[in-house]
Amino acid sequence: MKGITSNMAGTVFKVLVQPGQSVAEGDDVVILESMKMEVPVSAEESGTVKRVAVTEGDFVNEGDLLVEWE
Amino acid sequence: MLQKILIANRGEIARRIIRTCKRMGIRTVAVYSEADETALHVQDADEAVAIGPSQVQKSYLNVDAIMEAAKATGADAIHPGYGFLSENSDFARRCEEEGITFIGPRPEAITQMGSKIAARGIAKAAGVPIVPGTEEAVASAEEAVQMAHAIGYPVLLKASAGGGGIGMVVANTDEDIRQTFENAQKRVASYFGDGTLYLEKYFLHPRHIEIQVVADTHGQAVHLGERECSIQRRHQKVVEESPSPVVSPELRDKMGAAAMALAKRLKYTGVGTVEFILTGEHEFYFLEMNTRLQVEHPVTEEVFGIDLVEWQIRIANGEKMDSTLLSVTPSRHAIECRLYAEDPVRMLPSPGTMTRFDAPVMKGLRLEMGFREGDKITPFYDPMIGKIITAGSTREEARKRMVEALSMFSVEGIKTNLPLLTNILENEHFVRGETHTGFIDEYMK
Repeated sequence: MKGITSNMAGTVFKVLVQPGQSVAEGDDVVILESMKMEVPVSAEESGTVKRVAVTEGDFVNEGDLLVEWE
Repeated sequence: MLQKILIANRGEIARRIIRTCKRMGIRTVAVYSEADETALHVQDADEAVAIGPSQVQKSYLNVDAIMEAAKATGADAIHPGYGFLSENSDFARRCEEEGITFIGPRPEAITQMGSKIAARGIAKAAGVPIVPGTEEAVASAEEAVQMAHAIGYPVLLKASAGGGGIGMVVANTDEDIRQTFENAQKRVASYFGDGTLYLEKYFLHPRHIEIQVVADTHGQAVHLGERECSIQRRHQKVVEESPSPVVSPELRDKMGAAAMALAKRLKYTGVGTVEFILTGEHEFYFLEMNTRLQVEHPVTEEVFGIDLVEWQIRIANGEKMDSTLLSVTPSRHAIECRLYAEDPVRMLPSPGTMTRFDAPVMKGLRLEMGFREGDKITPFYDPMIGKIITAGSTREEARKRMVEALSMFSVEGIKTNLPLLTNILENEHFVRGETHTGFIDEYMK
């Protein structure tokens, strides 16, 4: 299983993708928010979204799975 | 005389205000969110009132809860600190209506400086040079492109209601504007409830210089020189100092006079800061006025040997500024570093529990810390843990003291920007005073 993980602890501010969607390398998939700062998390390679593991408002730690990849 | 002040803030600034109140014999009320129940500012105050859940909208921005706390404790004044409600004119007006002294300027002055577009107009009318840009809000990407052609690239898209760099976008081409305009508008609307954007000329590598002004309710005003705050990341300040290594006495007089002209035009009262950018050619342009105490106010206090919070309170109390303040002269150089809970390389927030927090004690060092060992730095608020301020008879002495102080900190459990601060302070360009707003991007990456 491949996935995109969180790069910091914070709240999921926005989920920008849905299952089945194909995403290119560098596209933002989730925007995290922490300490008054929004940080986009982008795809490191192109692929298709299998599952979104978080919903907006969720709290995540650094390293938590955000999006599962195919 | 004010008897009891409620501090509508948290962290280091709440503690710093409480300290001055104690020295003046004024009782203090802290307010706190769920996340801050055991925070130091709560323990420092004479009384403390819970005002809601951790999210800022439900606690530190919750006007009803804060007014209720003030009434329940019999506070006769509210000090808003910086951030949160400090530049909210509705809040200042509400205090007025409820017979509680708001420690800050009149609500009208806050409103006038709160809208960047209105502020530009007033500054212009006061004869203060302004950055070339739009006089009106920009409604669409195409309109922005038209205006960018008139001003000349690069341009900066800014939030009218914003602050702290949120929503700012630098555009070098028409394409840049078309790609970013809508997003910037949305982001700004979600943050400030007002998506109004405007456009101004962007200067590459200017310095950020600001003038501290103090004005009383008897028509007296004074400026306390400049602070240079050029070292920034994401448009937020990291290192500040006073005096600036490049501001000559003549330039200081000119910038001071401009700041005072604006304060006079606003019939400003209390402490306030007029921010300018200074170009390589030593031309200065008005950026904005912060109608509150600044985060970096301690550098001015250290240079002049005064207490700005004390003067805020005395002015709110209707007192006249005395000759000691009106004729005070700078005697030292001071530097402030903001200690952030963030990854020093990626500069991303790093919330968590500080399992170790050792801070040094030494000559010429002042610490303003909001947290202690064992405290949790939560993701709900600003990442600033506190401020480190050093002073010396020369810039080099203050700088060396800062390098030494930084080396003596020991923080574990979270990442901090301490390594970045040390790198900045030891960088040859910083040593030579060659600072500009692109400093971190240029030399620290």
